[in-house]
Amino acid sequence: MLDDKDRIFKNLYNTGDFGLEGAKKRGGWDGTKAIIEKGRDGIINEMKVSGQRGRGGAGFPTGLKWSFMPKESKDGRPSYLVVNADESEPGTCKDREIMRHDPHLLIEGCLIAGFAMGAVAGYIYVRGEFIRERQRLQAAIDQAYEARLIGKNNIHGYDFELYVHHGAGAYICGEETALLESLEGKKGQPRLKPPFPANVGLYGCPTTVNNVETIAQVPDIMRRGAAWFSSIGRPNNTGTKLYCISGHVEKPCTVEDAMGTPLRELIERHAGGVRGGWDNLLAVIPGGSSMPIVPAAQCDPLQMDFDGCAAVKSSLGTAAIIVMDKSTDIIRAMARISYFYKHESCGQCTPCREGMGWIWRLLTRMTEGRARKEEIDLLFNVTKQIEGHTICAFGEGAVWPVQGLLRHFRPEIEKRIDEYTARAGSAHVHVHEAAE
Amino acid sequence: MTKIIVDGNEVDVPPEYTLLQACEAAGAEIPRFCFHERLSIAGNCRMCLIEVVGMPKPQASCALAVRELPPNKDGTPKILNTRTPMVKKAREGIMEFLLINHPLDCPICDQGGECDLQDQSMAYGVDATRFAENKRGVEDKYIGALVKTSMNRCIQCTRCVRFATEIAGVPELGAIGRGEDMEITTYLETAMTSELQGNVVDLCPVGALTSKPYAFAARPWELNKTESIDVMDALGSAIRVDSRGREVMRILPRVNEDVNEEWISDKTRHVIDGLRTQRLDQPYIRDNGKLRPASWSEAFAAISAKLKTTSIGRTGAIAGDLASTEEMFALKDLLTRLNIKNLDCRQDGSRLDPAWGRASYIFNPSVAGIEQADALLIIGSNPRKESAVLNARIRKRWRAGKFPVGVIGEKADLTYTHDYLGAGIETLTDVIGGKHAFADILKKAERPMVIVGQGALSRPDGAAIASLAAKAAVELGTIKDGWNGFAVLHSAASRVGGLDIGFVPGQGGLRASEMAVSGALDLVFLLGADEIEMARGTFVVYIGSHGDRSAHRADVILPGAAYTEKSGIYVNTEGRVQMANRAVFPPGEAREDWAILRALSEHLGQKLSYDSLSALRTAMFKAHPHLQHLDEIAAGEPGDVRKLAGLGGAADKGVLRSCVEDFYMTNPIARASAVMAECSALAEGAATMTAAE
Repeated sequence: MLDDKDRIFKNLYNTGDFGLEGAKKRGGWDGTKAIIEKGRDGIINEMKVSGQRGRGGAGFPTGLKWSFMPKESKDGRPSYLVVNADESEPGTCKDREIMRHDPHLLIEGCLIAGFAMGAVAGYIYVRGEFIRERQRLQAAIDQAYEARLIGKNNIHGYDFELYVHHGAGAYICGEETALLESLEGKKGQPRLKPPFPANVGLYGCPTTVNNVETIAQVPDIMRRGAAWFSSIGRPNNTGTKLYCISGHVEKPCTVEDAMGTPLRELIERHAGGVRGGWDNLLAVIPGGSSMPIVPAAQCDPLQMDFDGCAAVKSSLGTAAIIVMDKSTDIIRAMARISYFYKHESCGQCTPCREGMGWIWRLLTRMTEGRARKEEIDLLFNVTKQIEGHTICAFGEGAVWPVQGLLRHFRPEIEKRIDEYTARAGSAHVHVHEAAE
Repeated sequence: MTKIIVDGNEVDVPPEYTLLQACEAAGAEIPRFCFHERLSIAGNCRMCLIEVVGMPKPQASCALAVRELPPNKDGTPKILNTRTPMVKKAREGIMEFLLINHPLDCPICDQGGECDLQDQSMAYGVDATRFAENKRGVEDKYIGALVKTSMNRCIQCTRCVRFATEIAGVPELGAIGRGEDMEITTYLETAMTSELQGNVVDLCPVGALTSKPYAFAARPWELNKTESIDVMDALGSAIRVDSRGREVMRILPRVNEDVNEEWISDKTRHVIDGLRTQRLDQPYIRDNGKLRPASWSEAFAAISAKLKTTSIGRTGAIAGDLASTEEMFALKDLLTRLNIKNLDCRQDGSRLDPAWGRASYIFNPSVAGIEQADALLIIGSNPRKESAVLNARIRKRWRAGKFPVGVIGEKADLTYTHDYLGAGIETLTDVIGGKHAFADILKKAERPMVIVGQGALSRPDGAAIASLAAKAAVELGTIKDGWNGFAVLHSAASRVGGLDIGFVPGQGGLRASEMAVSGALDLVFLLGADEIEMARGTFVVYIGSHGDRSAHRADVILPGAAYTEKSGIYVNTEGRVQMANRAVFPPGEAREDWAILRALSEHLGQKLSYDSLSALRTAMFKAHPHLQHLDEIAAGEPGDVRKLAGLGGAADKGVLRSCVEDFYMTNPIARASAVMAECSALAEGAATMTAAE
């Protein structure tokens, strides 16, 4: 278990003051100038050594990502830092806690990250539904400007502007290029890559998009050193992580713990255990609703980090642990998740636009059992036709949960179909009619 | 150049090529829906997925450039596969997705037979459906008088949205909604205001946007296709006339990179219902104030009788805007034989004169040359109305960046940002004198252009304005080695041809505007001239195709052929010689105009020496050799522009207005068209709405 001294988010539960005073008491804005004085390469190196991987879901090494930014502008284009605070992944509730309760960590992180990549300004794109979060964040930014911590001629010697942008609540705007489009005032639809944002990003300028948690961890990594950070967790999966535990647990919570903490320990120590005991566990989605489901049998030894989740053919994602006990209608749960992805598909490219509705309708019928068994293969085939054929990763994120369902709970679907056909009497004809 | 291997064939392609271009260079066919050469890349249909060896996922070949491919570590060329199971599976998957929500209404769809979705599903799809759910229903949208929507069929490729935004410059089409609820619309279901909106029908790869006037009229395989030239404006867009029996069913654009690329204006496309209505299909003679049907010989006899009692000095002829060069040549020939000196092809009163030299009246930099220009001054013209497709070319250049445009004349929405310099010649004089900031922009430019419109040149002081415009061109440095930036934008298809053959008053002859006034003439021949009003008292012989303004005024009507019913040479505003071809025959007793003139000449005792169109052309080519070089431009002498600049003259104050007030009503055929009338009313309504806001 993580020592209290190793915590980064000390005000996660709003026990103290969210503002500048409180942040300083907790060690924020301490020695920021010294950090900046390490220079761009110094900071990026430190980040690389720390082994921090992006906390937004894909897990791309942060230091490496920053190093893609141009060292100097050859054509007069400025560079930008964009912070992805469009936390929309179902089950995920970590970034909002940072913005509400410890916003200065994020602001300080923006300054350091912005300096490290030579950005003249940072934009924090806040999810549309986050009203209070935005207000708190804006209040904290105002304090930081007031105290000349950021902005022009600030005490840290690096001019850096920071803006909060409020989205309109579309899930797809969490995809980095769709976020940039939305930030530019256009319809939030992902861009074709290449060019990647590090070359052509916001307003056509080099841009790096980072998650809130990623950036908020930066000041502490720099203050306490990469060695400290990499000593937590295990190689390739270093540092601390905010886990959001929800679903059928006694006490749902967001908690900071070391990377690689076993899933069972997280659930039992922090969330009061699975409702009805560990043996009542049916399955867990370890990383937000877009990640494949992990059945109970594989949950016990599961270590919650990138490699641990990959070992059970799932992914850490945002570390949003959705716990489902045996009372769950797993097919219906997945149908509901598919409805979410059908609803949030931006509609730009064909496979996702047309395919998600098909998947949702198939699953809805399967929830009742009103389907044919061949359609289970059809469903899998449709997910494969979407996966890898889309412009952005939404396609994968939308079909992985369904693939997870088929991988682990196919007998459940077959059983449901059998029950329905049995109920329907002269089944086959009836099912056929219903399907049409 | 970069080496790349496509399906085992090595090709050498420029690194900026997309994978799709590279594949095509290697002879591999790549299916696509959203990709279009003249639009920005959307990459959303995913039909063009191909395999790039070394990349785990199939790649959208339309959006990825060869130079963006990560190089192979051992330096060998990248390998692309377009026929592997991975690609086949991807295509089948996309095809299936596109079809699951596409209605099975091909038998009643106007796109049937020329539908990309149909063709590609035959080539790349699977044979049966696996989709057992209900199909999506989408409400049809109203987007104007010309484009019919059937939105169930839409595959959201966004070609129409990109066309409206990028080419037409009216961002009125867009997509609302998300995911499978995404719909293409004009948001408030208002009519589009572009003069190029018909092109979205051609761009739509499915039957979602079809031509409203052509709805359910014909199937593509029943149509005879005739390649021809448009005469609705002076651009001479390349068109294909599709006809069935004696009727023109539709007009589509042909590709001509030098002129219209692959766009045509709505007037060009949708004027065809005007070819069926108000047609003159037999000769008429006015008896006791009323026109009565007559035979050809009666009509000729009436003209002959009138001519005998009229003095030659009080006889004249005016050629209209749609006349082909051959018929003007034949008419001029006849007039010369009769020693008539009052002839003119400039019914709008334009003062351009062939005596000034060809460079003084053509669009010297050429239409394609607009793309090389780097600054533009527009004088007394609204290119959007006078030549909508040419305006799209200006916009194309403007979109490429660093293209300042200045306008002297009326304020107008040209679809690109421009400096409005002023209304009249005071501003023009200031610019010439270098007193205006825009003068510097033009002087510093390497290839500046000056466009001068007919609105400016057809004022009574048109000659002085022409000289001023030429002076602007000379003083501001638009004429240099290898570049002549003096561009006259005509609005009449016949005009440059008429000027080329010298269809202008002879020694002491009257101009069109002088012929029209009361008491000037006793007898006038109007060759399709409908934009001029002859004073009372003149005996009017009207040779033309439509019962329009001049036919109402006429004393004898000789029914002629419209432009789709005759073969004729037209010279466009650039001076490009092009030939229109006959798609159908004229209605009833109507005849081709040159043949009417030939028959008339016999009755007047001055028989023209040619019995066939080819003989007429031989005579014309002998007199004007440059007309025999089709699709070529006989370049003007830059010196002529300098001479014109020196001509001088006094120009009056007042706004230099465009010559086109109502884009949809500029000629007799358009005025006979109900579709054009509806468009005109919509445009007027839109204008009133804007004014009210």
